[in-house]
Amino acid sequence: MSEFLQQLLNGLSLGAIYALIALGYTMVYGVLRFINFAHSDVFMVGAFIGYYLGQHVPQNTFWGGLVVLFAAMIGCALLGMLIERLAYRPLRGGATLNVLITAIGVSLLLEYSGQVFFGATPRTFPAVFPSTNFAFGDLVISSNQVVVIVVTTLLMVGLQLIVYRTKIGTAMRAVALNPKAAQLVGVNNDVVISFTFGLGSALAGAGGILYALNYPSIEPLMGVMPGLKAFVAAVLGGIGNIPGAALGGLLLGTIETFVNGSQWSTYKDAIAFALLIIILLFRPAGLLGKVRVEKV
Amino acid sequence: MMRLRYYTGIFGCVAALLTVGQADEAPIKIGQYGAFTGKEAAFGVSARKGVMLAFAEANAAGGLLGRKLELITEDNQSKAGESATIAKKFVSRDKVVAVLGGNPSTNSLEAAPILQNARIPMIAISSTNPRVTEMGSYIFRVCFIDSFQGAVLAKFARTTLHAQRAGILSSANNPYSVGIAKVFREKFTAAGGVVAIEQKHSEGDKDFRAQLTAIKNAGVDVIFHSSNYTEGALICIQARQLGFTGPLFGGDAWEAPQLIEIGGAAVEGAYYSTHASPDSTAPEMQNFIRQYRALWNGETPDSIAALGYDAARLLFDALRRAGTTESVKLREAIATTTDLPGVTGRITIDKDRNASKSAVILTVKGGKFAYVETIDP
Repeated sequence: MSEFLQQLLNGLSLGAIYALIALGYTMVYGVLRFINFAHSDVFMVGAFIGYYLGQHVPQNTFWGGLVVLFAAMIGCALLGMLIERLAYRPLRGGATLNVLITAIGVSLLLEYSGQVFFGATPRTFPAVFPSTNFAFGDLVISSNQVVVIVVTTLLMVGLQLIVYRTKIGTAMRAVALNPKAAQLVGVNNDVVISFTFGLGSALAGAGGILYALNYPSIEPLMGVMPGLKAFVAAVLGGIGNIPGAALGGLLLGTIETFVNGSQWSTYKDAIAFALLIIILLFRPAGLLGKVRVEKV
Repeated sequence: MMRLRYYTGIFGCVAALLTVGQADEAPIKIGQYGAFTGKEAAFGVSARKGVMLAFAEANAAGGLLGRKLELITEDNQSKAGESATIAKKFVSRDKVVAVLGGNPSTNSLEAAPILQNARIPMIAISSTNPRVTEMGSYIFRVCFIDSFQGAVLAKFARTTLHAQRAGILSSANNPYSVGIAKVFREKFTAAGGVVAIEQKHSEGDKDFRAQLTAIKNAGVDVIFHSSNYTEGALICIQARQLGFTGPLFGGDAWEAPQLIEIGGAAVEGAYYSTHASPDSTAPEMQNFIRQYRALWNGETPDSIAALGYDAARLLFDALRRAGTTESVKLREAIATTTDLPGVTGRITIDKDRNASKSAVILTVKGGKFAYVETIDP
């Protein structure tokens, strides 16, 4: 029993990170109907911002950690908006495929520029948050895992509030529903889309810091695997749906952890992804997604 | 008239001397491939530094066979497939005489068939998977093999750590890791121990809490991780977080300064087996350390650097004995290497083209690597 609970805890903390990255995928998709493949590399840049800044703030302090977290979020938001302005906006109105290919290009550009500027050797991420282990009987959880779960929950609730309770959120939903009509009623599409990218990338930045805190070895290709998993989590939860992304992330993290802890650990990705295929066979739009009829 | 002839004579002599001294023939080209960037970079960079030291020394002594030696290094970026591409480049573009390299066995397994077909001798530096030299008669290595290392670690765990129950964590898609884990399991069981559980991870994984939770709950005294330092350091951190207090140990793939850098306090007291220790008092090792520090700003070499140096020296010795760069004769000379005094021990190439040598166990103490013991085959 205690092993089951411990694995559940491990799974939730891993899943929370997938969820955080998945939120960014899902937001951009929700508004623009396109997958921003560069998202997982913005996540990597977030970790590197934390790496360089972490050397200049007091280590192991709560405030130092928060400063690093917010700086990485702001840095990534700016990067996300810049990418949108330079790479995606000129293509808006064209075929969706063009933007998709560009997104893959931007992703590769970030990965390999990262190798040039940061170097390809794994770096050690500084311990910016104080870290201790809490034990409840046989159950052990590290403070970094708690931070991940708490921050992810807060950001998800915040995101939900922004999208459904604020003016800019209403504008985002309007653009998602029908960009032309939104423009007619006075919504500035450029500002809204830019904001969406900024917000999504800020989440990626936060994800990068939290991931690096838990797994303190960072390198320019670190975003590839978590990015892929998070993308799958977003699809699983129903892409475009915010609670869906969180649910998908938690589910994927938990399944992966249970397979990893079993005697079939050799086949962990195969089993985790096979389960996803089965779920998608029964719910093609994802767990919380709605089936949309394409209008011709 | 006499005078003029006298001068011409002098000029003639000087000119003749210059041609001999200058070695107007093209330099002997030798290739080295390895991971100089990426997640396996620690191995490649160390090996290259050792090899470059050997080249600098040989060229300072006037080269070999009256020719200078030229080292051509290529980076495989720690990526699958790149080593094969580099081997092809060495064969067709650079036309090298011999190739040094291959640290992780996966790299050597890619390059070896191509070099074997081209009949270019290859000396693997720290590839310990037995299949590497089985690739063909032109493939050699200067290090011990997995079966030996697995046996050494099993013996160490049983006799020095007094472990009864061991847990193994290996990388499912890394032949080195799978091979060494298999031998460890056999030898540990044969020595009266019990392998309670074996869990797998994939290359590049960062989260091992699930596997470690299962291993810890199987009630083990020690955990053996048979893959690279990048994963090894994170495994130590997460095992300690989960409350595992017994020793953790790995093979020579744990040997890298990054193990301590990333692992911090969590790798304190961890052990690994490797090829040589800078704490050894053998004159070859002490001399090597002195030269290495002089060339590389006072840095202390690890055993991979020592193996790189030995691989290059083994090749130079064979070139000298063969008296030619012709590949059949060179191969013959490498294969008949006997009792060559190397930094990592006396090197004799056996009939399977492997070098049989003893292994050392090191530990992490106060943030530094420290010598524990030497274990013989």
